[in-house]
Amino acid sequence: MSDEHIASRHSVIVRLTHWTVVLSVIGLFVTGIGILVSHPRLYWGETGSVGTESLVDLPIPFTIGPSVWNRPFHFLFAWMLVLTGLVYVAGGLLTQHVRDDLLPARADLRVNHVMRVISEHMRWNRRGENGTASYNVVQRLTYLAVVFVLFPTIIWTGLAMSFGVTSVFPMLATALGGHQSARTLHFVLVVLLLLFAIVHVVMLGRGGFWTNVRAMITGFTPLGGRGR
Amino acid sequence: MSRPLTRRTFLAAGLATAAGASGVGAAIRYADRFDLIPPDHSGVVGIGETLTYATQRLLTSRHSLAREFTRNDISRVAPVNGPHPRDEKYLSLLADGFRRWRLSIEGLVSRPVTLSLDELKRLPQESHILLHACEEGWSYIAEWTGVRLASVLDLTGMRPEARYVVFEPFANPNQSGSVVRVLWDSIDVADALHAQTLLAYAMNGDALPADHGAPVRLRLGRHLGYKNTKYLSRIVVTDRRDLYRKSRGTWYGGI
Repeated sequence: MSDEHIASRHSVIVRLTHWTVVLSVIGLFVTGIGILVSHPRLYWGETGSVGTESLVDLPIPFTIGPSVWNRPFHFLFAWMLVLTGLVYVAGGLLTQHVRDDLLPARADLRVNHVMRVISEHMRWNRRGENGTASYNVVQRLTYLAVVFVLFPTIIWTGLAMSFGVTSVFPMLATALGGHQSARTLHFVLVVLLLLFAIVHVVMLGRGGFWTNVRAMITGFTPLGGRGR
Repeated sequence: MSRPLTRRTFLAAGLATAAGASGVGAAIRYADRFDLIPPDHSGVVGIGETLTYATQRLLTSRHSLAREFTRNDISRVAPVNGPHPRDEKYLSLLADGFRRWRLSIEGLVSRPVTLSLDELKRLPQESHILLHACEEGWSYIAEWTGVRLASVLDLTGMRPEARYVVFEPFANPNQSGSVVRVLWDSIDVADALHAQTLLAYAMNGDALPADHGAPVRLRLGRHLGYKNTKYLSRIVVTDRRDLYRKSRGTWYGGI
């Protein structure tokens, strides 16, 4: 693959874990909705039920039944996500992916630089970018936040609803305000993840949607192509 | 950096996969010896169930206690999924204050016993204020009073081969499915001997209401609501894995 018309883009660990995470997140999202519809109300604190005051009543009709068989699949996909996440983070640290591709350069963290990158994104303007092999500062900060803040807190709020887990680590639930608070935050964080996923897919259009998807599958991107 | 697949890396990957697969097989046999494999371990969903059960069993040391609350935390509303049975036998026991009700504890025990409600109440009594969460998403806090299952199993003794404790509700499960939602269920010995596993006959200071499982229900500190079998009539200690439950959802409820 020393063809001079293509450049190496994503390592095999990044590609495999990326698509496994995509699969498990889709699975978690679908089964999560399957659980949510059996009680589409959100509360704060430890308790909440029909007949008590809710924080939000989601505009979804109560549908009893699907939660029972969606829950086991939800945990199956959760295990898939957690184990893949561990492989990604361990691999990312060992191969310097985190340091080289995700941690922003100190100089790039200046506020006006960040603002300029954002405004270029807003205007769909790719001027001033230094090629496909490197993420810009906004991408780096976003990916770091998703990998090291959003996913861990989604997993935390999920575990905080487990009686087995909170019997060992009660702080996981109490620090969030209780069982129902954990459930509500789990929902809110998933909405944030969904927003990220939408923006992420839309942004693939910059530099060519298929060029970017192909790079994440094969690991390579054509030199001089639109993907630069 | 990514390199193309050569024959050597392909062979190495194949050997590693074979070694990994036999390693997983050995690990499963080893894990089973330490009671880390749940009865519903088969199928795709069984992979997640087994990972969850084994991880929690290793993590929780079998003794960790669920969070307890204060009387001030007790919820005003305590919802019920499925009202009490409507068959004649249950209704006549209910009308009689369960004086003719008996709980039988049998199976792999040294001394099978049959206890009346009064006899059960004469055993050491304790109360726990616990969070009860339905797998649907709602939850409430209530105080449960009863006897530790461990105290009852002390009376009967458990044979060393015992692995699971099966709970049969009093009502005939063959009535309308919506009446008795959980037909029968089981827990492992670790949960049976757990300090917060109660045979509860009182709730918030009063006799257990009919819809909450009168006269006696199982109350587990570390499980979701559906594992807390109501309207108990028979407890069977067993080593049989195929008898674990006639209900829906995953067997392990500490999730």
